[in-house]
Amino acid sequence: MNVILYLIPIAFTLGLLGLAAFFWAMKNGQFDDLDGAAYRVLRDDEDEA
Amino acid sequence: MSSAYFVVTETDGTHSLNLLVDGMHCPSCVAIIENALKKQHAVTAARLNLSTKRLRVTWKGAAELGDNWISIIKGMGYRAVPYDPATAETSEKKEEKSLLRCLAVAGFASGNLMLFSIPLWTSDGVEMGAATRTFFHWVQAVIAIPAIAYCGIPFYRSAWKVLRAGKTNMDVPISVAVILATIMSLFETVTFGSHSYFDSGVMLLFFLLIGRYLETCARGRARSAAHDLLQMMTGFATILHEGGNQETIPLAEIKEGMTLLVASGEKIGADGFILSGESEIDTSLITGESQPQKVGVGEVLFAGTINMVAPITMRVTKAVERSLLSEIIKLMESAEQAQARYVTVADKISGWYTPVVHALAAATFAGWIIWGHAPWQVALLYAATVLIITCPCALGLAVPVVQVLASDKLMRAGILLKSGSALERLATITHAVFDKTGTLTLGKPTLTYCQQSDKLQLAASLAVQSKHPLSQAIVRAYTGALLPLQVREIQGSGLEAAGVKLGKRSWAANLLDDADNTLELWLAEDGRQPIRFTFADQLREDAKDIITALQSIGIKTLLLSGDRQEVTKDIAGKLRIETYEGALSPLGKTSIIASLKANGANVLMVGDGLNDAPSLSYANISMSPASAMDITQNAADIVFQGDKLQPVLTALFIAKFSQTLVKQNFVLAILYNLVAIPLAVAGMVTPMIAAIAMSSSSLLVIANAMRLNRRTL
Repeated sequence: MNVILYLIPIAFTLGLLGLAAFFWAMKNGQFDDLDGAAYRVLRDDEDEA
Repeated sequence: MSSAYFVVTETDGTHSLNLLVDGMHCPSCVAIIENALKKQHAVTAARLNLSTKRLRVTWKGAAELGDNWISIIKGMGYRAVPYDPATAETSEKKEEKSLLRCLAVAGFASGNLMLFSIPLWTSDGVEMGAATRTFFHWVQAVIAIPAIAYCGIPFYRSAWKVLRAGKTNMDVPISVAVILATIMSLFETVTFGSHSYFDSGVMLLFFLLIGRYLETCARGRARSAAHDLLQMMTGFATILHEGGNQETIPLAEIKEGMTLLVASGEKIGADGFILSGESEIDTSLITGESQPQKVGVGEVLFAGTINMVAPITMRVTKAVERSLLSEIIKLMESAEQAQARYVTVADKISGWYTPVVHALAAATFAGWIIWGHAPWQVALLYAATVLIITCPCALGLAVPVVQVLASDKLMRAGILLKSGSALERLATITHAVFDKTGTLTLGKPTLTYCQQSDKLQLAASLAVQSKHPLSQAIVRAYTGALLPLQVREIQGSGLEAAGVKLGKRSWAANLLDDADNTLELWLAEDGRQPIRFTFADQLREDAKDIITALQSIGIKTLLLSGDRQEVTKDIAGKLRIETYEGALSPLGKTSIIASLKANGANVLMVGDGLNDAPSLSYANISMSPASAMDITQNAADIVFQGDKLQPVLTALFIAKFSQTLVKQNFVLAILYNLVAIPLAVAGMVTPMIAAIAMSSSSLLVIANAMRLNRRTL
């Protein structure tokens, strides 16, 4: 049973990491344009360089 | 137009400008605009958001280049207006973000709580050991209590607000149940008890937040309509003083009686009439009419329309804040407020559900103390169980699940649902009001007559170089190979290539303008008789079938148009629409809809012009074709794709079927409660049973809603 003493904090930390990543993405504007991004990948950027 | 006010300069010398871009039709417009800007040397970045139509340009060099970018975008046929991003961040947007944060926290917490709930449910104190069980309860408490305190805020706030107003809504039982469940669970944990309800509370919030977030997103899109329109009306105008001096002033400072100079290609800043000059006006912003209108001295102009051909001077009769455009915006805003008062089925049910549930819980508590002689802790535990088990989880899902599935199905049929309660409102309509141009008709001219059909190839080879609606009609009518020609476009007149002209009667054919309103183009080759092409707007292919189908299911159809009475009568006759009215102003349309509503009718409005936008917001439910202006689409609850009118009927049938499913779902959820509540009152429900009952009732509701997917359109 001792195994849960470190498994619980690990599970908890992993979850918190996911939550933090989501908040970062939201703040960073990753969800601002949900329609445009899907088309952007199909496009050749001739002058990106 | 000057953008200097909106340009932001950073300390490292880069400038940035935020623009609202209007007139985008498809995702490739994003690429066209971005690439055109990136080709400019000074520009370091240009990013256009397809969802919100906001463009951000950053560049190095002179701040004055801002105007340059605007004219590049305008040169490609889009409209661009600078705006201040700080004022654009609306309170709805903030609400949407805070809901999303709550949702994320609730998702995280419920996932972690499940790790402990499953061992707790599947074993008992003997197998697991009372110490381990209490330990698990404590870990759950540490995760759940902050999560419940944070994620429940939207519900607690809303519940508090209605309670203070002496009313009740669905958020009251949710808040009470969640808070009671938490207190009970904490009590159980402290007293080494066997049951905790932390997971139920958090899961409930998680599911409800999903529904609430989806609803807010849908509403937010509709609200941005009027805001975008106002942004389009910022800018500058040139006024002419009595002495002949010119001065550039902001649109907001235009007063009645001033004389305005409007250059060709410039937007008209106020309502008024022409003092001198002749031109053609693009009135598409106001009427949705794609064909520019010829105007001369004395004729009335409206703010927001665009002067296409030649410079004119005009006398202002109404400043921008009293113009027709502003009237339209005001009408839309007041109609949207009226719409917000719409009571959904879920709210109606909660009206009686809440008091009943609370009375039952109180009765359970009193009953166990008086007749059951139970200690107060036990009685309170049973009372809380009643609240939790009756918690409107399945009730809360009954509507959103159907909505999500129905909107997904409609999306695949090319119909976009923008408002959460749209289906509910559509299902009960009694009257369907149609606009003419662009709604019953395609709104784009089609070639109807060509004097010499062998000249079509030549005409199409010239026309392919132009974006003018009549040129495009010729190109659509011709299917063969095109001749390679060096074509020059002469603004306001037509197209020219090596001795061939295609354009206006007076320019190409050297004939006098005649008075009739037939849309026409003339093709003239050197030394030959000019030939004539005529065009007309065509009815949508299935317009008549759809009108007949609507009438056959007992829905009254009306045709309201801003076009002349004779034209309206003609179309109404062709489609067998008995009630029609032509020559209507935007206000006229809304007042007809208002009087229908006053007589108890539920009105569906289908329209595409800006002149329809107030009526669209005013009707109980509104639809607009995807070819409509952005602002009109924003005002409509439902937007449909394609050249057919069939989506109107499809949406109506799906709406009716969805409402049947919603009602069945409510019955299912309530039936479940009828079984579970007696058990809870009798004190026979353990958290295990509560969890199974709650999730299986939710699953049943979802499964029932899935039947929508098997229904063929």
